[in-house]
Amino acid sequence: MNKKILVIIPAYNEESNILKVITQLKEHLPDANLLVVNDGSTDNTLKIAKDSNLAYIINLKQNLGIGGAVQTGFKFALKYNYDIALQFDGDGQHNYMEISKLTSPILGNKADVVIGSRFLDKNGFQSTFTRRIGIKIFEIINSIIIRQKISDNTSGFRAYNRSAIEFLASNYPQDYPEPEAIILLGKRKFKIVEVAVNMHERSGGQSSIAGLQSAYYMIKVILSILITSIRRG
Amino acid sequence: MENHSILTNVNINLIQYYSIAFSIFFLLFIIELVRRKKIREEYSIIWIIIGFVFLFFSIFRNALNILASNLGIAYVPMALLLILIVGVFLILVQFSTVISKLTEQNKKIIQDNALLQFEIDELKKEFDKSKTTKVNK
Repeated sequence: MNKKILVIIPAYNEESNILKVITQLKEHLPDANLLVVNDGSTDNTLKIAKDSNLAYIINLKQNLGIGGAVQTGFKFALKYNYDIALQFDGDGQHNYMEISKLTSPILGNKADVVIGSRFLDKNGFQSTFTRRIGIKIFEIINSIIIRQKISDNTSGFRAYNRSAIEFLASNYPQDYPEPEAIILLGKRKFKIVEVAVNMHERSGGQSSIAGLQSAYYMIKVILSILITSIRRG
Repeated sequence: MENHSILTNVNINLIQYYSIAFSIFFLLFIIELVRRKKIREEYSIIWIIIGFVFLFFSIFRNALNILASNLGIAYVPMALLLILIVGVFLILVQFSTVISKLTEQNKKIIQDNALLQFEIDELKKEFDKSKTTKVNK
């Protein structure tokens, strides 16, 4: 039996990228369903995605942030019985050619969660120096808490199997969710596997984290990680 | 010396009357807001407790002295300030929990609303399709 695959594409003001992203995905993965979660964009993202007729569209009336948007995707995947959910960012950072790398460990029952990591093979866009420091800090904290080395905690290029979808549909952090989700999943004993991928520098739009926000980001995420790790159940 | 004479002329009972009156007014004000459903009962509890604590210390003036000496506070008015700050802190913590709960509920509503909208749109499409095929027949 063929596995039903859903590609979740969270999009906030990505009018310059979204059409290219979904067109390429559809060409490369004709059997998968695409789901664009428009996270309260104020530009033409919604219209462009709708007019393409290539993807299902979920339109959040208010901006929830990346976590809230991706969680909506998990709820969708749960409701319409998908076996695999892929998270693929709408800003052109991720490479559609590498999706099969993420799905194959799940198809082979070798993992519940697969993370595309920039740092396993040091190819492609490696992010800026200060960000790599932040990512290193997450790596250290997370590997202490879940006793597994995750080299790219902030990667948003991920694949999940059915049981992970079920769990995340009701347990996904709202803002800056990626490192925290790894703790949640690791504590629940989901099997997490990393595969090496290349990422591009974003081709348009705005990163969700910049400037002074990065300090807030680090503090918030580390606090969330520590709280998550002492939370029961 | 003049200052001193002014102070001795002050009726120190006056502040007690004022604070009793204020505490009663404050309590009535909160109860009135609850009665008009401007504050929900569960969020009025801390305010009402603060009102009664103030009323208590207004009526029994010596209680504040006793409290201060038991807490090791040399300057008695500081005990009053401490009570006030503790009350305000409790209220603010309660606000944080309420806001967090509302944020969570709000997120869920936005998500479920979007999923329902999707379902409605799909059903509409199917319905329109079945209508046109009937007309064509």
